[in-house]
Amino acid sequence: MKLATLFCAAAFACSVAGPSLAQGTKPTDPQIAHIAYTAGQLDIKAAQQALDKSKNQQVRAFAQDMVRDHTSVNDQALALCKKLGVTPEDNDTSKNLVKDADAYRAKLASLSGAAFDKAYAEHEVAYHHQVNGALESTLIPSASNGELKSLLQTGLKIFKGHEEHARSLASSLK
Amino acid sequence: MFAIVIAVLAAAPAVAGTVHIAMKDVAFSPAKIAAKVGDTVEWANKDFVAHTATARDGSFNVDLAASKTGRTVLKKAGKVEYYCRYHPTMKAEIDVSK
Ligand SMILES: [Cu+2]
Repeated sequence: MKLATLFCAAAFACSVAGPSLAQGTKPTDPQIAHIAYTAGQLDIKAAQQALDKSKNQQVRAFAQDMVRDHTSVNDQALALCKKLGVTPEDNDTSKNLVKDADAYRAKLASLSGAAFDKAYAEHEVAYHHQVNGALESTLIPSASNGELKSLLQTGLKIFKGHEEHARSLASSLK
Repeated sequence: MFAIVIAVLAAAPAVAGTVHIAMKDVAFSPAKIAAKVGDTVEWANKDFVAHTATARDGSFNVDLAASKTGRTVLKKAGKVEYYCRYHPTMKAEIDVSK
């Protein structure tokens, strides 16, 4: 109940501010696993849209990298959850991530060519930045299982790499 | 004893060797290493994601899937900076001497 209240409060704050990850709340391990997994799946969906729409080789290569890496990280996450007997639990933070990502994909669907490429690349910078911030400030400090924490820490290093990669992609498209 | 070992090492002729570098926890380890022209550099990817060792000067580009090992032979002297194309936060250098 208390957690739900906190998540709702955070969700409200976020719907105003834009980013939708809960700040300053303490999610449980099953919720953390769900949030991290969802964030990865959403980036894979974004990449699949880019692979459907873009003809730019750099953009396509980046999108393929995102599909490959986020699939690997999520496979690790699922294997760890299975090993630990943790069932990922849906929550308002995950729901908000999905809602925001669906809205952004719909927006990108109306763009094409260089406009699409630029918007996708810039959104990848912002999205990784947002997820990395949430990992650092909330998800990693809140994780109580050591192996989950360690996987999130490795994930953070990988996603910081993606953020930097997206940044150089976005600046090359200007 | 120590002095003898050092003397022998110092006197040994330059034989092409292999320099080992790990890609582990999204970093090159060691990030700085010395080698000689003719040496082989071997990267071992210990992570569950792919990485590359891509020279900024274009002299090598080793693309390694998770848990794979790859190598290159150093052909010229000088400092070579390299990075991972997939995770450009991964940066390292090899100081190649003649
Ligand atoms: Cu890498």
